[in-house]
Amino acid sequence: MEMFTAIGLNHFLTISAILFSLGMYAVMTRKNAIVILMGVELIMNAANINFLTFSKYNGGMEGVMISLFVIVLAAAEAAVALAIVINIFKTFKTVDVSSVDTMKE
Amino acid sequence: MNQLTLSIIFYLFAAVTVVSAAFVVFSKNVIYSAFALLFTLFGVAALYVFLSADFIAITQLVVYVGGILVLLLFGVMFTNTIMQTDIKTDVMHVVPGTILLILMIAGMLYTFYTTGDWMPGEAQLQGSVVQRIGIETMSRYMLPFEMASVVLLVALLGAAFLARYDKAHKNEH
Repeated sequence: MEMFTAIGLNHFLTISAILFSLGMYAVMTRKNAIVILMGVELIMNAANINFLTFSKYNGGMEGVMISLFVIVLAAAEAAVALAIVINIFKTFKTVDVSSVDTMKE
Repeated sequence: MNQLTLSIIFYLFAAVTVVSAAFVVFSKNVIYSAFALLFTLFGVAALYVFLSADFIAITQLVVYVGGILVLLLFGVMFTNTIMQTDIKTDVMHVVPGTILLILMIAGMLYTFYTTGDWMPGEAQLQGSVVQRIGIETMSRYMLPFEMASVVLLVALLGAAFLARYDKAHKNEH
């Protein structure tokens, strides 16, 4: 019972493991490029939870700062990736990644 | 607030996060996925508060929910024609994906729970970290902070350039 009521390091690591695996599953199985991007966001959130967890239980500020930079880079990544997806849609009239197989128009 | 209430709230937010993340991944409808992602991001922000990183939680809400999620929804709207009523996403490699999902969760949990106890440090983070983030940003992390601002500027300019309305290209058709 002690293991379940006292919230410790392992609880957060469990959630982040589940989030990471679900994001990986989305990247592997979905054909829609936007759902793949959502999976990447899930993976980044899982990594952020890990950084903050170890930072909290270690007492240092390194994990907190790195998770801030991860959020900044996630914003940049989402903007560029969506611009690319919109260009793919203009060229191929679809966002199905398994039918995008050429770099020329 | 006693320990029990705290852990009940924790399990509530953990359940919200995991269930809506599963909905993001398993839902066939892209719009439903995008709205489930909203709840996942809220739940993760609540977990950040539990980790005494309140500033990161607010940043998560502002950047992810206010920025990235709206961008993703715009992406969904842009890449589906109005005539197409059902916005579906097909799947592939379902069986290997499911095997990988189960193996990864099982492997990571086995590693976390069996390789001995974690030993937390003496001075854990307590309360708010806003002041310490400010001090760290302006001292140790000055160069990465400036580099992040330049990267963000360049990436957003590039994204705007890539996604702009192409007049010359439009006239050819």
